[in-house]
Amino acid sequence: MGLPRWIYVPALVGAVFVLLPLVAIVARVHWAEFGSLVTSEGSRAAFWLSLKTSAASTLLCVLLGVPMALVLARRRFRGLALLRSLVLLPLVLPPVVGGLALLYTFGRRGLLGSELDALGIQVAFSTIAVVMAQTFVAMPFLVVSMEGTLRTAGQRYEVVAASLGAAPTTVFRRITLPLVLPGLVSGAVLSFARSLGEFGATITFAGSLQGRTRTLPLEIYLQRETDPDAAVALALVLVVVAVLVIGLARQGRGVL
Amino acid sequence: MISRPLVSVALALAVSLGALSACGDDDSGTGGDGGAAGGEITLTVYAAASLTKTFQEIGAAFEKQHDGVHVEFSFGGSSDLASQLQEGAPADVFASADEANMEKLTGDDLQADEPQDFASNTLEIVTPPDNPAGIASFADLAQDGVNVVVCAPEVPCGAATVKAEDATGVTLSPVSEEQSVTDVLAKVTSGEADAGLVYVTDVAAAGDAVLGVPFPESSDIVNTYPIVALKDSKHGDLAQDFVDLVLGETGQGILEEAGFAQP
Repeated sequence: MGLPRWIYVPALVGAVFVLLPLVAIVARVHWAEFGSLVTSEGSRAAFWLSLKTSAASTLLCVLLGVPMALVLARRRFRGLALLRSLVLLPLVLPPVVGGLALLYTFGRRGLLGSELDALGIQVAFSTIAVVMAQTFVAMPFLVVSMEGTLRTAGQRYEVVAASLGAAPTTVFRRITLPLVLPGLVSGAVLSFARSLGEFGATITFAGSLQGRTRTLPLEIYLQRETDPDAAVALALVLVVVAVLVIGLARQGRGVL
Repeated sequence: MISRPLVSVALALAVSLGALSACGDDDSGTGGDGGAAGGEITLTVYAAASLTKTFQEIGAAFEKQHDGVHVEFSFGGSSDLASQLQEGAPADVFASADEANMEKLTGDDLQADEPQDFASNTLEIVTPPDNPAGIASFADLAQDGVNVVVCAPEVPCGAATVKAEDATGVTLSPVSEEQSVTDVLAKVTSGEADAGLVYVTDVAAAGDAVLGVPFPESSDIVNTYPIVALKDSKHGDLAQDFVDLVLGETGQGILEEAGFAQP
């Protein structure tokens, strides 16, 4: 069954709209200086910081998001719909607002400020703050992806396993997890990509200091002020990393 | 093989794109100087973020003097604005927070005339009202455990901060380097930072929300603000009138009241 011919026009327009800006970036890169721009001290520090923090926040998203998704998908209680909307809120919240919210919670004068101060923990301006900001914005991606997969997978196998005498943890470990692994992988990839590109919450909550809190998007934003060539070069690096990440994810089935 | 429906859809898209791009030109420029065509004239002024309050006052005074003219401002980081103008953004006047960003424009020959200096600004240490870290001098900022926030060296206030470090011989270890002076101020007013380095005009504008701690070496490190009318402006005479107002008694009075110094 073929597609109607006219479908190709808006599809083409959409594709061009998304791809043309990428072409524009590649066209602006000064290839002669690309190597030195990308390997400068600031660029390398930002790159490794971005990778480290994104990996950490993806791990956190998985550790916290999978249980949340399980509860949301498999349990029924009053207020479930409301809870789901609230948990998915960071998805629609402007990242800067997310950063402000984190500041008002964990900042010096925040909700938990005095308790953290007493424990001698300073969260703001630290790499931990970067991970927290990224986790906050990326968590909904994992939860949404997992919830969908869990619903589709159904509970037949778990029920059978339980009736055969398996404890809940064994059921979870040996039946549920392997079943939803593709969805978990694609959700984790989405979270990683979102963490990598996170800007608004990071700059509001964590600040910007080379090696400690200045991730790649922040470095690009800063370089844009004085060295647009460096900004374009780093932007291309981010694009390449994003394409690689999505390409790797395609190995597994699921959302991507 | 392209069928007729495809061609018509493609043509429709092309026509609507063309119409959309023509839309933007109708707002300003067709009236000409003096408001002859019966519509309001919009004068677009790009100015550094630190000039927000003062220029809005000057704009109001300009509108009173010139009937039928509306002044539209775009405030932002000077380098952001300069980049936009270099990429062809339509504007009539540009006022920058330092000469380096004005040079970006003159390098591309976008100015109608020679840029003129209209104000200058110096740095001041700023702390929360209760001054929790007990900052009394520039050297105090380098003490252990003090959370200092400064502008990144790439922006005008950050370049001035680096000069201040050279002049005092004190090297700071900030916990964050922000993109603009208003971000630094925000971190201090919210209590996250113990101290920051901002312009004297920002301290004056923040009033009771902060405490200003001047330091003597600041008077040697001056950011000079130049202003110029733009060559591609569709209201060349009005643009020059605005520049003259800023340089004249009214403008200078408003700037002085806000804490700006003579250029």
